[in-house]
Amino acid sequence: MNAAAATPAQPEAEAAPYLALLGQMMRIRAFEEQARRLFASGQVPGLLHLCSGQEAMAVGVCSALRPTDVIASNHRGHGHCLAKGADPARLMAEILGCASGYGLGRGGSMHVFDPANGNIGTNGIVGGGIPLAAGAALSAQRRGTDGVAAGFFGDGALNQGLLFEVLNMAAIWRLPVLFVCENNGYGEFTAIETVTAGKSMIARGQVFDIPAEHVDGMDVLAVRAAAERAVARARAGEGPSFIVGTTYRYGGHHAGDAQDYKDKVEAEAWQKKDPIPRLARHLIERGLASAAHIDALGKEVEAAIEEAVKAAKAAAPPTASDLVRHLYA
Amino acid sequence: MPEARTDSYRGAVRDALALAMRADANVILMGEDIGEAGGVFKQTEGLFAEFGAARVIDTPISESGAFGIAVGAAMTGLRPVFEVMFGDFITLVMDQLVNQAAKVHYMSAGAMRAPLVLRTAVGIGASLGPQHSQSLHAWAAHVPGLKVVLPADPADAKGLMMAAIDDDNPVVFIEDRNLYTLKGPVPEGPYRVPFGQAAVKRPGRDLSVIATGRMVSIALAAAERAAAQGIEAEIVDPRTLVPLDVATLVRSVQKTGRALVVDGGARAFGAGAEIAATLAEEAFDWLDAPVRRLGAADLPVPFNANLESLILPDARGLAQAMIALVRG
Ligand SMILES: Cc1ncc(C[n+]2csc(CCOP(=O)(O)OP(=O)(O)O)c2C)c(N)n1
Repeated sequence: MNAAAATPAQPEAEAAPYLALLGQMMRIRAFEEQARRLFASGQVPGLLHLCSGQEAMAVGVCSALRPTDVIASNHRGHGHCLAKGADPARLMAEILGCASGYGLGRGGSMHVFDPANGNIGTNGIVGGGIPLAAGAALSAQRRGTDGVAAGFFGDGALNQGLLFEVLNMAAIWRLPVLFVCENNGYGEFTAIETVTAGKSMIARGQVFDIPAEHVDGMDVLAVRAAAERAVARARAGEGPSFIVGTTYRYGGHHAGDAQDYKDKVEAEAWQKKDPIPRLARHLIERGLASAAHIDALGKEVEAAIEEAVKAAKAAAPPTASDLVRHLYA
Repeated sequence: MPEARTDSYRGAVRDALALAMRADANVILMGEDIGEAGGVFKQTEGLFAEFGAARVIDTPISESGAFGIAVGAAMTGLRPVFEVMFGDFITLVMDQLVNQAAKVHYMSAGAMRAPLVLRTAVGIGASLGPQHSQSLHAWAAHVPGLKVVLPADPADAKGLMMAAIDDDNPVVFIEDRNLYTLKGPVPEGPYRVPFGQAAVKRPGRDLSVIATGRMVSIALAAAERAAAQGIEAEIVDPRTLVPLDVATLVRSVQKTGRALVVDGGARAFGAGAEIAATLAEEAFDWLDAPVRRLGAADLPVPFNANLESLILPDARGLAQAMIALVRG
């Protein structure tokens, strides 16, 4: 601790990064809640996969990355997009199929690309983003930058053969990549245990000599710490890391899923571990923020998301001439 | 055009790769055994020595994952040229090719692109059996967002490869093993054969033969036989299936009034079917006879050499088809 520790300004400076994490998780939660409501009122076309409950994974990992670092996301990707810097109005516009969306409303929720913020896409193919993240890492490595890439995927993708191929190559080429598995217990309506062999998920990284760890995916600080360790290794040329975070999705596989396969008690138990109040309590206990301050932060974030949603709802749909644009570069 | 020297089709492709790699440090090669070993068919011989392991990357036998990594690298600044050892094996990279590379420019409204070349070798006639002899170029041509190139001679092989590496889209580049030793004049230094420009490889007045890839050589030989019977065939090579130079094809048919399409893939639902249908739509008023279509038999390509030789039309059979189409 330096001398400044004694000055009154210090708690604020110390609190700022935590409040940023908290605000980011609140933002994602508020965004997903708005998306859920829009879906319920019939305004969202197609399939909508929400990530409420899993915010700590996206926020913890992305907070360890630089804006120039790359992520590849999956079908449950709104949180990843926002945590990596996406504009919520453009993201919601894409989800609603509007022309101001990231893909002119031609991609939808599962196909959002925001390369200006290092996001090379949500993905409609389970496991599809994993090689793309490794490819971005190869690109950073061969172009001689110290860039890092992270690939997010669900527990369901643990059983894609593609993952094993890519883990092997990431290890032999020492690619600066983080493989981030969000284990929310289910792949669609199927419990992960019923379709997955082996006692340990991280063993799937370890078999390739990739440093691998389990983290509490409901604890953003634990996720961030694991991601920071992995990023430091990657930047130092020490290669890939494999992180499995245990987490839970509060909603169904997609909005509108009746969730008969879930156990009520289980769902309630997970709500008690909710990453947002958990970090809030931590800040209050450590005297880094007051309950009132946190309350105000929540309101501020919600208002900003409401504004963004309003803008997205007012956006124009794509025109017929947008249909044929951008087939080829 | 710069001065030409004689080179093989294989050498011409290799020359294009070397020139592109010298010009742009972001061009890398990936594939199985392409490094020190120089490739199973020696197409990358010497490149490892010149450019090193960082740019000539030997992959494990993991086509799906390795090609997916190439796609991610292409999305983020590199220009990978990825070798799939046998054309039949593109089945293994289909998801990365079709769902990721082909669609990313459209889905991202132009914010992202996947500038890569998937090069692969096809070829019937070496007793390689059903899983090493099929050409699936029509599959690739069926996917909006991909470009598909089938060079038929050494000069085109070099110029089309240089154009493919320059292209900001995913390009599927189909080489035919039977052509690797084919020699021809190849201009020195870098040059591009633009996509979407068919080449009239032999002028003729009696019928238009639209031939792709290796079938161009066979069609040229057949045209000599037909000429001995007084039939002058015009041989048109589209060179790229996507984009397809419909205008040049139609112009040829306007001149000759007859069209025979010859493609090396299985005939049913193939590239030849697409070209024939296009001519029926675009050149109907000039056609004096229905468009005729030849291709590989709709069968797996068998191992036994005698049976294998029955899969593709040969110069003799093709000449007969030419004569029959003109004499009616
Ligand atoms: C290759 C592929 N197979 C199946 C699907 C259909 N599908 C979409 S999401 C999903 C479940 C994925 O589970 P998981 O990876 O655990 O992610 P989660 O939905 O739990 O976040 C499935 C089977 C798909 N989109 N892609």
